[in-house]
Amino acid sequence: MNRRALIIRLSPWLFTIGLVVIWEAACWLFEIPVFFLPPPTAIAQAFVEFWRPIWRNSLFTLTTTMIGFGLAVGFGLLLGLVIGWSRTIYSGIYPLMIGFNAIPKVAVVPILVLWFGIGFVPAVLTAFLISFFPIVVNVATGLATIEPELEDVLKALGASKLDIMRKVGIPRTLPYFFGSLKISITLAFVGSVISESIASNYGIGNLMLQAQAQFQVPLIFAGLVALAVEGIVMYWAMAVLEARMTRWAQRSGFAQN
Amino acid sequence: MSAFVTLDGVSHTYGGSDGMLAVEGLDIAVAKGEFAAVVGPSGCGKSTLMKLATGLQFPFKGTVTVAGQQVTQPVKIAGMAFQAPTLLPWRTTVENLLLPLEIVPPHRQRIRRNKAEYVARAEKLLASVGLGGFGGKFPWELSGGMQQRTSLCRALIHEPQLLMLDEPFGALDAFTREELWCVIRDLHAATGITVILVTHDLREAVFLADRVFVMSSRPGRIVVERRIELPRPRDLDVTYTTGFQDIVHELRGHIVKARQ
Repeated sequence: MNRRALIIRLSPWLFTIGLVVIWEAACWLFEIPVFFLPPPTAIAQAFVEFWRPIWRNSLFTLTTTMIGFGLAVGFGLLLGLVIGWSRTIYSGIYPLMIGFNAIPKVAVVPILVLWFGIGFVPAVLTAFLISFFPIVVNVATGLATIEPELEDVLKALGASKLDIMRKVGIPRTLPYFFGSLKISITLAFVGSVISESIASNYGIGNLMLQAQAQFQVPLIFAGLVALAVEGIVMYWAMAVLEARMTRWAQRSGFAQN
Repeated sequence: MSAFVTLDGVSHTYGGSDGMLAVEGLDIAVAKGEFAAVVGPSGCGKSTLMKLATGLQFPFKGTVTVAGQQVTQPVKIAGMAFQAPTLLPWRTTVENLLLPLEIVPPHRQRIRRNKAEYVARAEKLLASVGLGGFGGKFPWELSGGMQQRTSLCRALIHEPQLLMLDEPFGALDAFTREELWCVIRDLHAATGITVILVTHDLREAVFLADRVFVMSSRPGRIVVERRIELPRPRDLDVTYTTGFQDIVHELRGHIVKARQ
């Protein structure tokens, strides 16, 4: 039993190591050219060799992503509350939101460049535009799914809409909100990297584009790995935040279905 | 006895004046301290009755009067409990009970500074329904029956003059249900609160109520009003007597007719 638990704990590491080993072995075994699919050792080498630009550009990407994400959290929370508050605003804004969300954000980048030039601002804004939608939808859902009976109980006591929001709506929305952050942060990286690859002189997206132009395939993959690490770390941070902030929801099985 | 809750020729629709009639020409008068039960086939507008009597909805025809005043806004002197306990999972049992007090004046203004006094009051009420010592538990740590007791307490904590119950025992098992009948019976006897119970369980209605109103199917009207003369305090054993069974049988006949 104890051994089983230990294996389950170790399995994420074992599987990751396993994948790397298989990848490495396949590259040697089938003699795959390095410029087609570099083996993990070559990627590690690229990391060592180019650690300075990778580090600098990772920080740049992380910064733009987090600023965009921060804007998305603020704006998404606000818009979600407004939409959840009023049915009129909800029915008015919802079609617009659907339409907006349907637009591939890569298509917006040229417009952003037209307005703000290349580099930092469009990357932040693309990260923001792509990641606020799940937050809005989740916050609005949390508010919209207040049990009507509970609303009746409070309204019969003379509770104002603000009372109901403060006592019931907002607390019950928190699990939805923190849950949406995990989706949102991953999307924010997609946004910033898209923008960097199209219109920037900085960031991992730009680094990978340049590496491709110079045919430094291991460096392209090193960029991918750097992005994966950043994505995992931020996702993990959001998951920890969610677990800490909404402990009651996990124990009561709230909003699991 | 003067009427405490009166519905006089009340008609109500959902979805505007040309919508489907939920209730039509509804006449009910419940005296102060009386225990009234409303039974009827499903979808007969029993829940509409609840909303009208608490001022959550207003009739397009007729008048609703509660405590001598025509209802034009939420009545504020009513407590409500439903089939689902609708407790807040992020609050403990005691904190759930305090919720109404955070809404109604004068408690609303006082509760922050006099927290201990209100917590003591909530604990006392919990003890009276057999939940003493459970105040610090969260709702998901309680059984279904205990959650429903908590929900009842929440309906009573602000000492309302009117208790509205909408099938509050519908989701419980038979034994727990009978236990809670006794809890309600004792609360009613102890406080003299006016109770309107909406239910589809005839035995429940006859056991608890002073008067049973039978509603027709949609649009709901009162087709029969039956006074239950069984002496109080009533013991659960009374439900097995022929007198009790006869009343249930008689009401059942009315319901069957009402469904047609």
